[in-house]
Amino acid sequence: MTSLPETTAKKLGLVVDLDICVGCHACAVNCKEWNAAGKSAPLTDYDPYGKKPDGVWFNRIHTFETTDDAGQGQTVHFPRSCLHCEDAPCVTVCPTGASYKRTEDGIVLVNEDICIGCKLCSWACPYGAREYDEHAGVMKKCTLCVDKIYNTNLPEESRVPACVSTCPAGARSFGDLGDPQSEVSKLVAARGGYDLMPEQGTKPVNKYLPPRPKEHHKGQRGEDGKAPRMLAHADASTDGAGLIARWVDKILS
Amino acid sequence: MHPARSVIFFTTASGAGYGMMVWLAVLATLGLLPTDLPFGLVAFGLAFALIVAGLLSSTFHLGHPERAWRALSQWRSSWLSREGVAAILAFVPLGLFALCWMSLDRQGDVALLFGIVGAAMSLLTIFTTSMIYASLRTIPAWRNGWTVAGYLVLGPMNGAVILALLFAVFGYDGVMVTMQAIALALLVLGVVVKALYWRHLRVSAPVSTAGTATGLGHLGKVELTASPHDSDNYLLREMGFRIARKHAQKLRRITILLGFVVPILTLGGAMLMAGGAMATILSLLAWLACQTGIATERWLFFAEAKHVVTLYYGEQAV
Ligand code: SF4
Ligand code: SF4
Ligand code: SF4
Repeated sequence: MTSLPETTAKKLGLVVDLDICVGCHACAVNCKEWNAAGKSAPLTDYDPYGKKPDGVWFNRIHTFETTDDAGQGQTVHFPRSCLHCEDAPCVTVCPTGASYKRTEDGIVLVNEDICIGCKLCSWACPYGAREYDEHAGVMKKCTLCVDKIYNTNLPEESRVPACVSTCPAGARSFGDLGDPQSEVSKLVAARGGYDLMPEQGTKPVNKYLPPRPKEHHKGQRGEDGKAPRMLAHADASTDGAGLIARWVDKILS
Repeated sequence: MHPARSVIFFTTASGAGYGMMVWLAVLATLGLLPTDLPFGLVAFGLAFALIVAGLLSSTFHLGHPERAWRALSQWRSSWLSREGVAAILAFVPLGLFALCWMSLDRQGDVALLFGIVGAAMSLLTIFTTSMIYASLRTIPAWRNGWTVAGYLVLGPMNGAVILALLFAVFGYDGVMVTMQAIALALLVLGVVVKALYWRHLRVSAPVSTAGTATGLGHLGKVELTASPHDSDNYLLREMGFRIARKHAQKLRRITILLGFVVPILTLGGAMLMAGGAMATILSLLAWLACQTGIATERWLFFAEAKHVVTLYYGEQAV
């Protein structure tokens, strides 16, 4: 049924820290790896070794640059995937009931056995989180690794989405955003986590944490406002050098 | 948005078919519809053919056309589902209207009743089609009343132009003039609605920006410096389709000229002649121009519409 549930028992989702993300794409790669073998398999690739490789991905990493009025810039790496919205428009537009939101945990899924591949849900999603599989003729999307997070064959600490377990920088957290006492909810409260495009009325569950304010001109930059000078190539003194280095220095000088 | 050929054909063809049905019902109610069988067969046959061809073509772009019946289930929430249900329900009164009209009960009350219900269902179906687009917040160019007005006017307008041609071909000069007058009025209304639609696109403020899409707006201007992938992906092909501004302007002029101005002039000319071979030729020209113009209009309706997901791919405001 593509009417949305009134409430869900949990609101499972991700918190992405834009201050930490280094844009390494590891989360996107591990997402592809897990899901190409899991519930949504295969995530078809078209022309994978050719000139224009293309294919289905659930997580994509963009890089943005911001410039303020003073001309100061920041680079922000920006992972983008399904936000498992509370008022998910992708669900209500679906004519078949293939697109649905689970009452138990709020995960938004596609039932590939009844999807007709009309693509309307991908038009309704503001975040580009749904990708059509041309070969299978059905819509696919992030499952929040539903086949991993409840998988009792895996050790407890592995029961998180693939993107979260793989992030080398610790930029991604997973948990119940409906529970104000959960670690993720506390993190969002402490860091001012926010919704993407709130004006679209989707009420995303996933939250993004903003980059911490940069203190320009303090320490990071030289007197002239540019990056600090490189170190001089030759040291003027042997202070702090080891015994052999000091001895060689004495012989040579 | 990517202008899929099957969707353009579907909305224009079934729009025209439903439009014909509306006017057949109106003329029947006014007692103006010719009752001879050959005309009935051609007029109702063509209207049904357009509707059915359009509906069939709309299933071509599906990944699984054989599952299309499932689209009837979610009418509580989905306009696409409502469209499917309305289209199928409309066949009942429209079919009975055609049958009654062509067989037993020419101008009887039963035929007229089916005709009026069928006309209402036809308009309702066009309305549900327009709401599929008008309900999408992600595409501000579609989410407005002018989208609905455009579909509701252009379908009956196209139907009226086709019927005017049929009356000319069959030599029903009296009702032909009435139909031409209706078609002319709708052509004028149509060009006004399209002009107001384009004005709306020009003056309305953007809904979302690169700043709100990333939540980084407070840091200043937000620009994409690296895309997640080097070649096109599904999102860019489906949602990122756009045409150069100068082409858009040219295509709008073509739409206005062929869709409205040429049909107004030729149909107006045919009306003045009040019958004869020349009137038929002018009506044919009116229909050819109008059909091309509406196809261009529908193509533009998609190609001009920007989706907010493009904000993640370098667009500044949508
Ligand atoms: S991000 Fe898109 S696909 Fe995911 S729930 Fe929200 S609207 Fe649906
Ligand atoms: S593509 Fe599939 S999941 Fe999406 S709206 Fe159509 S039927 Fe529903
Ligand atoms: S793995 Fe972590 S650091 Fe790397 S792109 Fe993903 S979120 Fe950013």
